[in-house]
Amino acid sequence: MRMSRYIFVGILLGFTLYKSEAVSWFRIFEMFHFQSFHMYGIIGTAVVSGVLIVQIIRRYHLKSIEGQEIVIPPKNKTYPRYILGGFIFGLGWALAGICPAPMFILLGSGYTVLVLFLASAMAGTYFYGVMRKRLPH
Amino acid sequence: MAPEWLVQLRDFISQPWPWWVAGLMIASIMFLLLWLGKNFGMSENFRVMCAADGADEMNEFFKINWRDQEWNLLVALGAVFGGYMAAHYFAAPDGAVAHVSAATVDSLRALGLQFEGDQVPLVPDWYSWQALFTWKGLLMIIGGGFLVGFGARYAGGCTSGHAISGLSALELPSLVSVIGFFLGGMAMTYLIFPLLFR
Repeated sequence: MRMSRYIFVGILLGFTLYKSEAVSWFRIFEMFHFQSFHMYGIIGTAVVSGVLIVQIIRRYHLKSIEGQEIVIPPKNKTYPRYILGGFIFGLGWALAGICPAPMFILLGSGYTVLVLFLASAMAGTYFYGVMRKRLPH
Repeated sequence: MAPEWLVQLRDFISQPWPWWVAGLMIASIMFLLLWLGKNFGMSENFRVMCAADGADEMNEFFKINWRDQEWNLLVALGAVFGGYMAAHYFAAPDGAVAHVSAATVDSLRALGLQFEGDQVPLVPDWYSWQALFTWKGLLMIIGGGFLVGFGARYAGGCTSGHAISGLSALELPSLVSVIGFFLGGMAMTYLIFPLLFR
């Protein structure tokens, strides 16, 4: 595995979300108040161009760097988990103002206290692993 | 002395990026990862880190070959580097500021948050070790982390996995998840924040 290419992708991601202020608690607050187009513009542009990219990949059967056809794994079609899990994620997203990618980015930009956010997110992930069989999916 | 064009390039990158640049970049990142034979999804790293820390021996949900996911940890590591570089070497001319709308400044003031002038910082002051000694700080860092970690795995993805990758593939489950994200986010913003910031 060539490691540097993934680190490079991560650096691009870090610059993008930091310089567009998507890492900001205040931008997330603004988004949930529907007071600016900014965050919707970011997500909207990404999704519209993402849809085009995926359509092109599927239509022309584009191959990955390793020569295999690019496949996007379909998601399970059982819905309770998406609305319930999504709701819980949304509570945390608005509360902390950070989702997983910005957490790594802000950690790098010097907010070391976010290692506790990371530890707590791992604890939450582990708790899901333990509870999984008892939760509606 | 660095050559003039390099200084100009740095200053160009240092400006706040408009939404459409960020959107195109995010789509490009998703494409790059697909082209490398991977999928864009950051919250999966929490599971990988759990597995790497020994959770694979405790619970079957973590019985994954985490070395196959090493690439994703490297993307996260790159994001840490990117955040460091963007904050330290490509700081915006007016500092670490969130250029939020006037309406948002009013809403923040209504919750009792104070700012000098109309300058809202990029990052709130409760992202600090001292803030852990306040209920608000503790809840935001520890509680927020737990909800994000739990919810992302329950829903099978976060903003990158569902809102970007999933919606791009026209996945209905991802649309349902994103609706869930917004319902949860609005419940927090409109119902809980007025209590939390009192």
